[in-house]
Amino acid sequence: MSTLRVEALEQPDGTAFVFNNKNLLINGGMNIFQRSTSVTGITSESYNTADRWKTGISGLGTWTQTRSTDVPSAQGFGYSLKMDCTTADASPAAGDYLQIQQRLEGQNLQHLLKGTSSAKAVTLSFWVKSNKTGTYICELYDNDNSRAISKSYTISSGSTWEKKTLTFDGDTTGAFDNDNALSVFVNFYLGAGSNYTSGSLATSWGSVTTANRAVGQVNLADSTSNEWYVTGIQLEVGSTASGFEFEPFEAILRKCQRYFWYGEIAGGATADDDYSKNFLGNSFPVTMRDTPGITLVSGDMIGHTSGANGVTRVTKDSVMVEWSGSKYRSIGAACYQVLKADAEL
Amino acid sequence: MEITNARYVITDPIKNVANLIRATIDGEVWDIPLTVGNRFYDEIMRQVEAGTLTIADAE
Repeated sequence: MSTLRVEALEQPDGTAFVFNNKNLLINGGMNIFQRSTSVTGITSESYNTADRWKTGISGLGTWTQTRSTDVPSAQGFGYSLKMDCTTADASPAAGDYLQIQQRLEGQNLQHLLKGTSSAKAVTLSFWVKSNKTGTYICELYDNDNSRAISKSYTISSGSTWEKKTLTFDGDTTGAFDNDNALSVFVNFYLGAGSNYTSGSLATSWGSVTTANRAVGQVNLADSTSNEWYVTGIQLEVGSTASGFEFEPFEAILRKCQRYFWYGEIAGGATADDDYSKNFLGNSFPVTMRDTPGITLVSGDMIGHTSGANGVTRVTKDSVMVEWSGSKYRSIGAACYQVLKADAEL
Repeated sequence: MEITNARYVITDPIKNVANLIRATIDGEVWDIPLTVGNRFYDEIMRQVEAGTLTIADAE
């Protein structure tokens, strides 16, 4: 038997090799779609299909977002995120924009050493496909310090999967807050009006100048024939891209559920002392990022009534719902409630 | 984010303190904790400050 002793494993650029959790993004492989696999008529900022990926939009067209099985060949991805223009806007107003974005917590980014002389570069890699060729912009936007950096990539072959790699320098100015709040937007621009495109692209970190954020960006909204696909998105420390980190489905799901959970609580009802209300409580599968908002979807107190009609208590860890005015004395009645809990950034 | 029909909700009648806002957000009824950092609460407060939304008292 032999022993292999290794003092350190390094990436080609000298940064430490990370065996797991190297992707700063969640659900970059488009595995988790808790909300829906298809949403039509998107015209306002919203989380629609793929978990953690938000549509940032102001005034630029109408879109259908879907989970697509169109993926790059033999790369291991099952799904991509597709944006399909259903109402075109060939002449964007100055303030219009369209982005696919992910928002990151500062406490997960402390190892980037931002705001120090040792600030680390990060590299964004992804697979992309569109019939609309030309220049596209990706941006890191530091929400804590109002700083930003943008890089361009080119879709050169129409309707062909291409892998893109963009490296963003480390920023020696402006540390990220070490908390659970929003620190960074990772923005994929799909269109932008002149407010965002009339300057010079900010390819180095600096205070935000809006006109420099998306210079050169093509307008994906200029035709209802346009569509854009993306998958395999990875943001990692260092100046080179390594292979995409494929994680078990359940690991990705748990990461997503920190921000959004669409599920069911079930059990026996309790009641207050005058039986004016019945209650059902349960823990979330993982502690959420912050206290979530709750919407009740469907439910039943079996043999008595339908779904709960409100929330009694909610924390990062659990939720209790109530059947107000039910006056059911049968404590322990079987009941369930399907709900959504949203603690997204 | 389209927010309508916002009102405070008292879930503990003994303490009689509102601890949620119930509102219709993009067509769904949500119960929102009074927590800065919850994106719905932050947006409700932004719209209240802008004078475009009013939160009704608890019933």
